[in-house]
Formats: sequence, C-alpha cells, structure tokens
Amino acid sequence: MKYTPQTVEDVASALRAIGASSVNELFSQIPEELLDPEIELAEGLDEVALLDRVRELASRNASPSTLLGGGLKKHFIPSVAKHLAFQSEFVTAYTPYQPEVSQGILQATFEYQTMMSELTGLPVSNASMYDGASAVAEAALLAVRQTGRERVIVTRGVHPETREVLSTYLGALDIELSTLDLDERLTSRVEAVADDVAAVIAQQPNFLGYLEQMDGLASRAHASGALFIAVADPFSLALLKPPGEYGADVAVGDGQTIGNPLNFGGPHFGYMVVSDSLIRQLPGRIVGQTTDADGRRAFVLTLQAREQHIRRARAKSNICSNHQLTALLATINLAALGPQGLKQAATAAVAAAHTLADELEAAGYRVRRDARFFDEFVVELPAPARSTVERLAASGVQAGLTVPAEYRLGEALLVGATELTTDGERREFVSALGRVAPVGVAR
Amino acid sequence: MNIPDDRRYNKTHEWAQEADGMVTVGISDFAQDQLGDVVFVELPNVGQAVKAGEAVAVVESVKTASDIYAPVDGEVAEVNELLESKPELINESPYAEGWMFRISAASADMSGLLDADSYRAVAEEDS
Repeated sequence: MKYTPQTVEDVASALRAIGASSVNELFSQIPEELLDPEIELAEGLDEVALLDRVRELASRNASPSTLLGGGLKKHFIPSVAKHLAFQSEFVTAYTPYQPEVSQGILQATFEYQTMMSELTGLPVSNASMYDGASAVAEAALLAVRQTGRERVIVTRGVHPETREVLSTYLGALDIELSTLDLDERLTSRVEAVADDVAAVIAQQPNFLGYLEQMDGLASRAHASGALFIAVADPFSLALLKPPGEYGADVAVGDGQTIGNPLNFGGPHFGYMVVSDSLIRQLPGRIVGQTTDADGRRAFVLTLQAREQHIRRARAKSNICSNHQLTALLATINLAALGPQGLKQAATAAVAAAHTLADELEAAGYRVRRDARFFDEFVVELPAPARSTVERLAASGVQAGLTVPAEYRLGEALLVGATELTTDGERREFVSALGRVAPVGVAR
Repeated sequence: MNIPDDRRYNKTHEWAQEADGMVTVGISDFAQDQLGDVVFVELPNVGQAVKAGEAVAVVESVKTASDIYAPVDGEVAEVNELLESKPELINESPYAEGWMFRISAASADMSGLLDADSYRAVAEEDS
C-alpha cells in the first residue's frame, strides 16, 4: 500500500545481491570514453543566424506526390485541429500526471474515448497507447490473461511490421504465435481454431487493402473460446461495419489516419477499445466523468490501479502513459469534421483509389481484384518493383510499397489514394509508371 | 478503529477466523479505511492450493490495487461471489458480509498470526 523510494540501504543491498562493491564497479565494464563522452557541439548561434540555418535545412525537404499506404496515410486535417491542440495548456513535456487539476485535458480525453467507442461499436476505450503495433501486442497479452491460454493466431493480412512487434512481445513471454496464410482471394481464412488458442487477430482492411469477412473469423474464434481481435484503420470505420457489430472483443489500431500528420513515421497514437467483460484487463487508464463535492461535473482518471506507476510488477502492461497530444489532435479533428465530414472524406478516398485502379487498368496494368478493396490495392508490375519505386522516387513520385515476398504476388506494388490525392497526381503517377515500367516489356 | 478479538490478523491487514477446519479471510476495518472505496475484487479460484504468505487475491480501490495474502496453508474452499457485483461490502462490512474467501486447512496453524491487541499496535504504527 506504500510507495517505496530507493533508499541508500536498498542500493547497498542490491549491490550486495549482484556482488558489486559500488555503483562505479557495477559500471566498470563500460569503457570510460562511453561513460563520459566528449560531445563536439558547434558554437552557439544567435536567433537570426539560427532561423536562417533552419530555413536552409527545411528547404531541402522534398514533398513528393505520394501513393504510399500500408496503414498510414495523409488525410485532410482542418487547421482548427492543430491550432487548438497546440495551445500551450495542452502541450506538456510528459503525459499530464496531476490529472485532477487538468480538467481540460481530462475532458478532451473523455471525449476521445467516447468517439473511439462510437467508431468501433465497443463500449470501453482506454486513453490511447503508443502506436498501432504495440496496441495489437497489448491486445494479444490481454487475451492471454483473460483466457489463461498461451497461443495466439494472427493472419498474414495483418501488417508485417505489426506482426514483428507482436512476435517480439509474445516471444519474450514464451507465448506461441502462429501465422495463417491468406486464401486465393487474398483474405484470411480460419477453418477451425484449436481450443488452446487465446486470440485470433485479423486486420480490416487487411495489409493488401482487401476487405476481410470479419463475421466468420469472429464466430470461428468464439466457437473455441478464443477472443477475436480486430485491427482496424479507424478512418475506414466511417464507412465499414464497426468491429463491435461483427463480434470483435477488442478493436485496436493506429490512430494516425484520423487526424495526425504523417510526421515522417511518428509520433502517432494507438487505440484500444474492448467489450465490457474485458474492462479489468485493459492496459493503461480510463478517464471517467463524475461530480465533485459541490455536485459539479468533473473528470477523473479512473481504472488506473493496474498501471505501472502504482502496481509495478503486477501492472497489466508496461504502458503507463498515453499519447495525449496526438490523441487530442485526433479528437479535435473528429469533432471538427463530424460524422458526416469523416464519411465524406472516407468516401472520397475510396473513390480516388478505385479511380486510380481503373486508370491503371486502362493503361494496361493488372490490378488484383481478388476481393473488394478499400483505399489501397495491389497492382502487378512488368518490371522489378523495387527498382521501379526507386526510379519513380528520383522523378518526385512516391509510388507505393513493394509487396513483400511473403505474399507470393511476384513483382507488385501496394498503392493507395486519399481524399487529398488530386486528379493530376493520379495521372502523373500512371504516366510516370508508363515511362519506368511500361506494359508489354519483358522483365 | 474496530478490531474484534474473536479472530487473528496478518501484519498485512488480513483477518482470519477458524471454525471446524475452515479459515475465513477478509481485510481489517483499518485496511478498508486506508484503501478508500473498493471498486473491484479479484478472488482466487476454488480448489486452488495456497500457502501462508502467498498473494492469492487483489483488492482494487480507485487509486490502488493491493494484494491479499493467505494467512494459512490449505486449499480455497469457497469464495464470496457477492463481492463480484458488490465490492463495496468490503467497506461496509469488512468483518461479516465483506469476507473474501475460505481456506480448508487440515491443521489450521494460526499461531503465526497476531491477536487483536498486537494487530492494533501494527495498525496504529501504519496509520
């Protein structure tokens, strides 16, 4: 029940247990030049010179036309979102830790949770996590705790990088991870689930952009007592059936697509929303609404008793922070767009991707239409994908992701479009591709 | 501070009361007061073997989660399922309705536990 600081005696007894006589001896294996390295810093600059230097560096940034996807995308963010989220009251050096005095942040987080719950169709959202991949791994651990089983199934439709993070987390805990291949329609098929499986994890839309039959996967998982974890792009949930409606016990993913800039790969935030019965297993914390002693509406951090800063060894996860600022940015973005605005953006993104696919086909390329796709799809190339991407990059077009060899699709690109992709960008891509990898030319 | 002398106590604030080889366990009035509003109780499984001093249950209040230690060796014979829906019983009635679990012990050795007076001293020091 007590907070226990590290006392001089604690340090001494830890050293005794290790067999070191002092902290210095403990660090003696580390070469001296690494312990106290000399850092060569340039002379300081005055403000005018500094701004000049930063401008010069910034001018070297390229902003190519991009058809990159793979889970993260550049979407429209109304300027009000950035202006409100970056008010100094919200910009803290660390996750705000005197929560009850930060009513504004708590209220914003409460609204974030409410929106995530509405988008996913599940009742209980935490206050955000580091990123999509670690949220998926935490969801797998949650399933292991809940079911007492130690095997997890993930389909190959889940982003390869997410699966790597999952494998790192589970491997360290000796939890077996099995990967299921995609079927001929490039979607997941789960025939039967063994009764020692804690969770089945599938992604919607899957890594290749295709729509999975999530209902069937969920019911097969449930038939054996496993939980069903849906990895969902929250932007897609403006149009697609929410995970709660097809039987997902947990919805997780990366929140970048609902209101964060790409930031060259981060920071973003992860989200996790679960069914009522899993509330005690949820990592992180929840902001709740209550009334203060005078009966006024107030917000508090609640259900945080299993966090690392209180519970230490018995914490539900090592995640003791949320990604407050990035989640706040998404919250304000969603509030500004509203449900209709989000739907319009998603509809426009899907239309842009399908138009691009049509245009590629008209130019002679083979687009894989094995299953219906959302805002990304696979196009086969008559030339090596990697060198095609490199040559297009040199001409200012980020062509897409080369499809990893594990999907056995040959030379192929994963291409995506959003509501921000212009007609000109699409045409430029198709014609640039025609120059670099013309149809009809042997590999 | 209500510390009845019809049972024995752990330094870690559990009480234990033996009757016919069955030891009923809960937390003291002092402990429930220190925790504040109890919002959740994680109970052990019936049939689970436990050792004295081993953490077997968890009590969560709004701000913290505390382990509950078994006072004697034995096997969990019964748990207070009412606590799943009404964890506040621990605050309202720590010595009666708020009991947590019963351990069946072949020979319940309670000699290592504190009597009410010794426990009062521990509680006063911790408060």
